[in-house]
Amino acid sequence: MFKLWSTISKDFRILTRDKLGLIFMFVMPIVLAVVITAVQNSTFEMLNTNTVPMLICNRDTGDAGKQMQTAIEKVGMFKLTQVTPNVTDKEISERMHAKDAVIAIVIPTDFTQKLQSKADATAKKALKDFGMSTTDSLVTDTSSVQPITLLYHPVLQESFRHSINGALRSSLQVVQNKEVLKSLYFALNEKTMPDSFENEIIGNQVAINEVPVSRDGSRNIPNASQHNVPAWTVFAMFFIVISLGGSVVREKLNGSFVRLKTLPTNYLIALISKQLTYLFITCIQALVVFSMGIWLFPSMGLPKLNLPADILGVVIVTLICGWCAVSYAIMIGVLAKTQEQSNGIGAVSIVLMAAVGGLLVPSFAMPESFQFIMKLSPLHWCLEAYYGLFLEGGKLKDVILNIIPLLGISFAIQLITLYSLKRKNLI
Amino acid sequence: MSNAAVLIKDLGFTYPRQSTSCFTNLNLEVAEGERFGLFGPNGAGKTTLMNCMTGLLKYQQGSIQLLGNEIAHQKKSVNKLFGFVPQDFSFYQELSPVENLAFFGAWSGLQKSEIKNKTEELLEVMSLTEVRNKKVEKFSGGMKRRVNLAIGVIHNPRILFLDEPTVGVDVHTRHAIITYLKKINEEGTTLIYTSHQLSEAEDLCNKVALIDDGKIIAHDTLEQLLIDHQEDGLEGLFINLTGHSYRN
Repeated sequence: MFKLWSTISKDFRILTRDKLGLIFMFVMPIVLAVVITAVQNSTFEMLNTNTVPMLICNRDTGDAGKQMQTAIEKVGMFKLTQVTPNVTDKEISERMHAKDAVIAIVIPTDFTQKLQSKADATAKKALKDFGMSTTDSLVTDTSSVQPITLLYHPVLQESFRHSINGALRSSLQVVQNKEVLKSLYFALNEKTMPDSFENEIIGNQVAINEVPVSRDGSRNIPNASQHNVPAWTVFAMFFIVISLGGSVVREKLNGSFVRLKTLPTNYLIALISKQLTYLFITCIQALVVFSMGIWLFPSMGLPKLNLPADILGVVIVTLICGWCAVSYAIMIGVLAKTQEQSNGIGAVSIVLMAAVGGLLVPSFAMPESFQFIMKLSPLHWCLEAYYGLFLEGGKLKDVILNIIPLLGISFAIQLITLYSLKRKNLI
Repeated sequence: MSNAAVLIKDLGFTYPRQSTSCFTNLNLEVAEGERFGLFGPNGAGKTTLMNCMTGLLKYQQGSIQLLGNEIAHQKKSVNKLFGFVPQDFSFYQELSPVENLAFFGAWSGLQKSEIKNKTEELLEVMSLTEVRNKKVEKFSGGMKRRVNLAIGVIHNPRILFLDEPTVGVDVHTRHAIITYLKKINEEGTTLIYTSHQLSEAEDLCNKVALIDDGKIIAHDTLEQLLIDHQEDGLEGLFINLTGHSYRN
């Protein structure tokens, strides 16, 4: 026990004197968590709370264009800026490049007329299908309605563009339905549909009740911090490979390792010491980043990190993730022949495992061919375990299926390390 | 006859993935209490033999016994018997002499109080007391050599292997190290030493062996070898027995 304690003490002293290593271990995850959360949060806010700046050029002189504009306003997703009808598409594009707006819509000149004609045709066809005669007052124009043009800034992500497109289609649907209804009403009653009736029919839509599926039954909507803080904590834990892998290689390359081999103590003590020392560091990393999420993020205008109800679960998941990260770093250190190899292979492999593991791209968005590779990444299981607790409100028992593969990978890494040490006659 | 500190019988060793053997049936005996010098040109096999004796390399044939213990079979218990001072600085440069001695003392099997006492003694002997808490990486080459030696002897080993312990140091440090080595030898520690500093070896060693091409080509007291080969110094004896050609 004294040997182990002396080794831990030695490792801790060396670690605390490695300023660059400490910066990598603590500053990097904090910076990553803050920056990525801030970026993602601004997107969240743009989608959820803020309105998207939109230029609207209504070249239509009739009611439908105005109704379309009103319907878009009612979506609540856009901050509309009216531009005069005589402004050309090119001028609109220039304003968008000047970041006046990220999207613009152009309602064509004869939008009302064409839409009414189309509605009349639809109404006429419907009445005919019902076996009712139509009056001559329903004059139809068979030429198609010119499309509404949606101009968008290239920076706009496809998914976001799709959601805007959906919102516009829904607005357009409202206007079209209204016109069809008005035509039908007029054909049946030979008088204009009253506004009250119009509002009753159009406005009386079935509501959609949004419920986040959480295991604990809470209705807290996960924010950017809930996503990013655990993810970048896991990334930081594994990035310990720079410090720990380098430490193992340094020890191997300098003479101290030769001397250790001639002393009456098994090198496994050194490995156990490194695991305990750096496991402690990973726990401190998690503590620091989580604390930042809870106390510092709100003061920076970022959403607060809400800790899950099962704190013990968080502690256990953190310990297991940390142990896996430390095991991986030691394995890289043992396999690498130089510090450059350890740093290079270590850093690149962590970024790759983060990418395939769902830290950089959501795991559900991974192509089918990557699903198997994803399951080999320990970062994937770490992230899933944390998400089970932080996003889904689960308890330890709910993430046990993520912990088992993680433990399996950790044991496999340990075995590879021991085999390599044995093969190199180091133990 | 005194007991053997090191007894090597029919040693055979080949590096992995190499076809040529380093040693074939090599025999050597170093008695307890000797100051034994192992010399030879570059590539002769000095370091390989020392690494076999300290258990750093696993030999394929024969036996090596340290004080009657077969090193291949009882490695960790045998390790308590000897100390090793490698040619490279074998310690943690980020730590101070005190911290290095504390760590290596613990790994050598000493208790806390023993480490404390021995550390004070060694810092005094090696003139490191004033820099006891400073990081070794800031030290001069001579100071690092003294730290290297201090770590090797912290557990009072009965046999001390020294691989060029004075390389790159000034006259004062060399003198201090040689004086200390003679002192611990008088107290009972067997010294097994390799160096290219032949004048230093003449001063320190009372028994020498010359190794070349993996074979012991001479082994006796220095005086006897000089008489046998009609030489007046170790350097002349060395050239006489190993030739003038360059070695790689």
